[in-house]
Amino acid sequence: MERYYQPEIECASREQILSWQNERLVKQVRNVWDHVPYYRKKMEEKGVSPDDIKGVEDLHKLPFLTKDDLREAYPYGLLAKPLGDCVRIQSTSGTTGKRVVAFYTQHDLDLWEDCCARAIMAAGGTNEDVCHVCYGYGLFTGGPGLNGGSHRVGCLTLPMSSGNTERQLQFMVDLGSTILCCTPSYAAYLAESAIEHGVRDKLKLKAGIFGAEAWSEEMRQDIQNKLGIKAYDIYGLTEISGPGVSFECSEQTGMHINEDHFIAEIIDPNTGEVLPDGTKGELVFTSITKEAFPLLRYRTRDICVLTREKCSCGRTHVKMSKPMGRSDDMLIIKGVNVFPSQIETVLMEQGYPANYQIIVDRVNHSDTLEVQVEMTPERFSDNLGKITEMEKELVAALKAMLGIYAKVTLVAPKSITRSEGKAVRVIDKRKI
Amino acid sequence: MTVNQISVFLENRTGQLADITAVLSENQIDLRAISMAETASYGVLRLIVDDPQKASAVLLEKGFIITMTPVEAVLVPDRPGGLSELLAAVSRADIGLEYMYSVLDRGSNAYMILKTGDNAKLAEVLENNGFRTVPEQ
Repeated sequence: MERYYQPEIECASREQILSWQNERLVKQVRNVWDHVPYYRKKMEEKGVSPDDIKGVEDLHKLPFLTKDDLREAYPYGLLAKPLGDCVRIQSTSGTTGKRVVAFYTQHDLDLWEDCCARAIMAAGGTNEDVCHVCYGYGLFTGGPGLNGGSHRVGCLTLPMSSGNTERQLQFMVDLGSTILCCTPSYAAYLAESAIEHGVRDKLKLKAGIFGAEAWSEEMRQDIQNKLGIKAYDIYGLTEISGPGVSFECSEQTGMHINEDHFIAEIIDPNTGEVLPDGTKGELVFTSITKEAFPLLRYRTRDICVLTREKCSCGRTHVKMSKPMGRSDDMLIIKGVNVFPSQIETVLMEQGYPANYQIIVDRVNHSDTLEVQVEMTPERFSDNLGKITEMEKELVAALKAMLGIYAKVTLVAPKSITRSEGKAVRVIDKRKI
Repeated sequence: MTVNQISVFLENRTGQLADITAVLSENQIDLRAISMAETASYGVLRLIVDDPQKASAVLLEKGFIITMTPVEAVLVPDRPGGLSELLAAVSRADIGLEYMYSVLDRGSNAYMILKTGDNAKLAEVLENNGFRTVPEQ
């Protein structure tokens, strides 16, 4: 039987949902106009005032926000509450190394955790469950979000954070974890490790909630078979709150967007024009209940499709497909946002030429990142130790910028293909 | 004596080495000694040739990254313990070796190519200990 955390909201009539959205949007636009000069200026430039926004049908009149705006307004420019009212900061990487920071009031955290609780209950979670969270804790929203949601459901929560696979498996066995929350690639790795260590049959897992990176239907089947669980997708982004912006139900045919908090639109990434349901385009979110960091029409750059067909789970909220790509050049590697421009910045700082290539692959369900950079006469030396030292410095600088390990490969000069005009910087070999 | 060794950057790619020897062959350059040092991801090819100036010019022209390094070439006494005597002398003088490799000449004499941080001191030590260096390239 399908279970809900907030059935009166999750299964509300479409009329009810629209009525909440209309009322909250009008209030939010007024709030942002009054408290966020950065966005007010954007509205004035577009010739829109709060009086023009009478409901969701007027949403398209508002200007967009992008990651560039977040960088320009860093750190406090989009804040709508005094810092004294804020209780938490979470962060994600930005386009050129400057991070994106998002602020939360206690009320914001409560609503975010509600969204995560909905996802956990949609995956069958109850207060009898042991919820094993091995998303990273810290600035990354994965750990804190699912942790809070798990508390709300009343699960016994294991705040494992990432890494140390042997300890993860030991706790799963000893403490009887039943719900696993992590990235899909880590779930696949845990599954293989459990089989290798001969503890697969001692696991009590029944469900997994996997997000923060792209994964295929084949990967879902593989994880489900290996761990004997049902694997659910979850979606979110720090700018909007974190995981739980949308989540999968038992039907596993898309993720229900929590429409009482977030209005979703699909636009043409080139023209900004709003596209009808069922059309592929860029996903845009408007936060209508956020207090501290209310973003209006934030362009996620994720390409997907919205569908409002009736869902067998009983939920009435719109469903989004898995993101099918990006409308910018951001890569998601091991759940971490990576922009080619960040890598370029590091290469320049370290005195390397701008000729480089980024190769992303997936080996044994785990993402790999390789940066190929051309050797130059100035950097070459007969001494291998010196070259290796240089290579290590570059690896360390990339790690500091990106937060993940990148393999560095020095290649011969002019060996990186230069196509007509524009260089091919990224080769993504992952089959997702 | 001190000879000019050419070091070439080697990308870890099939055919890199063949590309280099093809350039030398096309330009009638005679190889005297060759040695390779490599890590998992790249390598350095070290060459002693009959005409280092010409060799470096043609390699540069073909886009290879090279550097010239002065190294010492010394005749190794052809008897058991010959190399040991040579290295003992270098060690007694407290000279650190970065690397070395061997080469045979047309008369089957064995030579060692030695790289240290101080070529002048090495040459002096070798001479003082009665070792013969290579007469000419």
